[in-house]
Amino acid sequence: MADETTDLGPVTTLATPIRLDFDFTPGVAQSKFLRGLEQGKFMGQRCPTCDKVYVPSRGSCPTDGVPTTEDVLLGNSGTVTTYCVVNVPFAGQSIEIPYICAQVLLDGANLSFMGLIQEIPTDQIRMGMRVEAVWVDESDLTPSLASVRYFRPNGEPDADYETYKEYL
Amino acid sequence: MADSEVLHAVHRLEFPYSRSTGPIIGAFLTGLRDGMFYGATGSDGSVIVPPTEYDPITSDDVGELVEVGPGGVVTSWSWVSHPLRKHPLQTPFAWALITLDGADTAMLHVVDAPGPEALATGTRVTARFRPAAERIGSMADVEAFVVEGGAS
Repeated sequence: MADETTDLGPVTTLATPIRLDFDFTPGVAQSKFLRGLEQGKFMGQRCPTCDKVYVPSRGSCPTDGVPTTEDVLLGNSGTVTTYCVVNVPFAGQSIEIPYICAQVLLDGANLSFMGLIQEIPTDQIRMGMRVEAVWVDESDLTPSLASVRYFRPNGEPDADYETYKEYL
Repeated sequence: MADSEVLHAVHRLEFPYSRSTGPIIGAFLTGLRDGMFYGATGSDGSVIVPPTEYDPITSDDVGELVEVGPGGVVTSWSWVSHPLRKHPLQTPFAWALITLDGADTAMLHVVDAPGPEALATGTRVTARFRPAAERIGSMADVEAFVVEGGAS
């Protein structure tokens, strides 16, 4: 019954890919954030009870448990609250190491989010540094964080620690 | 915000693992690519299919590989009425534990049968290999088992 295919040599490896396909919908609040990115701007939402502005908003305030219905346009600049310099190569890495991964508190927001910092030597990054978003070309904007190429220093003096100490 | 304004996207998370087979599993998979089944001889004389790398009783290396099958007996099975996209067959089929002729352990595979009434514990089945040119050294080289003398 055996077919003569033994000239291929013995089998030594086996490909066992694992794949998960998600059908993802970000919901109303995050859709607004993503639609904002498509227009080159950061959109957040304010809690009617505590006045905190979340970006991206999940549609409700995690502290007060109430819907966040007021949309807020945030600044294109923000403050580095904390950061990490990545020196370790890993599979699938798309950015040349070393690079800086930082938490950026956008002006007008009460929640920081992660951003790539470029156009500065990695040993000059510091807490409180003022940075601004650099976007892809207008024709390349999509409803995705890929629309933000990176953040870079915007030249302003460092923010006072008191202004961001709550967000570490 | 209207429903149509809520975004929607397909996300795919994939890990492209490649495993080394080692000499025993590798020989088993090479056998599948060649269109046959191999089992390993255990210390008590039993034949283990698919072969383990170590004897399940003594933990020593297993003994020589012996050819088994391609026919065998269904020892347990479960009918899948509505196959999912990732299932090996897209028509209703059975997952089955099959003890190949000459083997002392059962192996999990699929049985392509016209319906659950065609299967029972003890039903004789035989392997339907893919064409030689499509075989790569994988369990999927056996497209399915089919009932011996059956319509499919």
